[in-house]
Amino acid sequence: MTALRPVKLEIRGVSLERYNERTRQRLAVLDRIDLQVCEGELVSIVGPSGCGKTSLLNAIDGLIRVTAGDILVDGQPVDRPGPDRAMVFQNDCLFPWRTVAANVAYGLELQGKLTRREMRERAGALVELVGLAGFAEHYPNELSGGMRQRVNIARALAMEPELLLLDEPFAALDAQTREFMQFELKKILVRASSTALFVTHQIGEAVFLSDRVAVFSARPARIKETIDIDLPQARTLDLKHQAPFIELERRVWRLIEQEAQTAGMMTVA
Amino acid sequence: MDATLKQVNEALSAPAISAWQRHENARISIVSVLAFLAFWEAMVQFGLVNPLFTSSPSRIATAGYELFAGGTIYGDLRASGVEFFAGYGLAIATGVPLGVLMGWYGRVNAVLDPFVSALYATPRIALLPLVMIWFGIGLMSKVAIVFLGAVFPILVNTITGVRTIDADFIKVARSFGSSDRQLFLKVALPSSVPLLLAGLRLGLGHGLIGIVVGEMFGATEGLGFLISVAGARFQTDKVMVGIIIIAVAGMTMTAILRAIERRFERWRPSDRG
Repeated sequence: MTALRPVKLEIRGVSLERYNERTRQRLAVLDRIDLQVCEGELVSIVGPSGCGKTSLLNAIDGLIRVTAGDILVDGQPVDRPGPDRAMVFQNDCLFPWRTVAANVAYGLELQGKLTRREMRERAGALVELVGLAGFAEHYPNELSGGMRQRVNIARALAMEPELLLLDEPFAALDAQTREFMQFELKKILVRASSTALFVTHQIGEAVFLSDRVAVFSARPARIKETIDIDLPQARTLDLKHQAPFIELERRVWRLIEQEAQTAGMMTVA
Repeated sequence: MDATLKQVNEALSAPAISAWQRHENARISIVSVLAFLAFWEAMVQFGLVNPLFTSSPSRIATAGYELFAGGTIYGDLRASGVEFFAGYGLAIATGVPLGVLMGWYGRVNAVLDPFVSALYATPRIALLPLVMIWFGIGLMSKVAIVFLGAVFPILVNTITGVRTIDADFIKVARSFGSSDRQLFLKVALPSSVPLLLAGLRLGLGHGLIGIVVGEMFGATEGLGFLISVAGARFQTDKVMVGIIIIAVAGMTMTAILRAIERRFERWRPSDRG
């Protein structure tokens, strides 16, 4: 079904090497990654910690350059950050001197395409979309962690990006808030019909949010397997306790377990 | 999640503590000051210490009344005030823009940093004789010495503020396609405000030192001059009046700057988390 939709993001044979100044060693981070994300699709990347998931996301955003391979968004090669992509950062990275609305409008201000009034309207609509109505004039330090992440998401959505990149946006949240935020995010993304690439190390989160889950190997990261998540689009948190979900979660977990073992992160009793 | 929103709302709107509780420390402070003054006065009244050396609150009050009633002090106040505000204003007008330039442009910093570092490390009082030679004992030399005292803390803090941008903010800015100019205007400048204000407060203290020492070193009027002359004549009461006026002025101005700093406290990146 997904094959019928146009490809939004195409990653072909992407490799990345990092040079460590101190140890003077080259470190292979990504190894010939191939991945496609179709329009309207939400794909998650899971993998052992430190496997290079964030590096790939940064490369797609254009913040870093890859050593080999191509990253194409709508067929156009990526070489720098652009308005067709927007990143939701791991630490919310909100500007503490800007109100919620002003933080959301930040990207629009940089672009300078809209009038002040249009920006305010767009920011207001997004603040509402992420469920923060009434908090537009608050400052980030007056908000809870979950609310700040909502602002972080709204700031990225305000750009109306072709591709939304989410880098473990819920990593710093407590377990409960995290669950709620997963539910909210899924709702928001479906409503905004966004194409998104989501990086996480939490398997349940990946399965719950995604249409497909790509499992990365330990460094240098390769795609070990991609698993289709054939669950209904309208997802409630209750889904997490149902058999199909648990089965999918188990499949992903097994793959990661194998990886962790080969990487020596886990010892078998 | 709605529950969380509600909790936050309540936490934000609820008065944390009653006004009476909030001012408890202020009440303690007032009592402690009054007790000290009473003790001081009693020591003098009972002849336990010599007021020639220690003066006493009542003597200081009398001396203060005489100075103001006689009208002799106004000239000193005006002189010191003009010198201080001219010097301090000049320090802000120079320190902030120069600090922004040095913080943002590595080349400008490379040119000026050796001089700034050297002068910042030198006690500015050591420059006093030079300043007197250049500007004489009139108003200008005191303006110059206040300026020299105040400008470096302001300058150095502004440089640090502009230069040390949170790496996360740079990443966000780059990701959203920020130009260098936009990074400067929308990130570097606002994030430097808390440090800049702290610099203004530091500069204030240094400026006050400058004015007193400058006037003691060579002047014809001013509070420092008054203190120095009265001291030479063993007029302890008058010396105390001068000290108190300077202390009160310093505390008032510091309090005003602190209030402004508190308003910008929420700008501090460290509040994140």
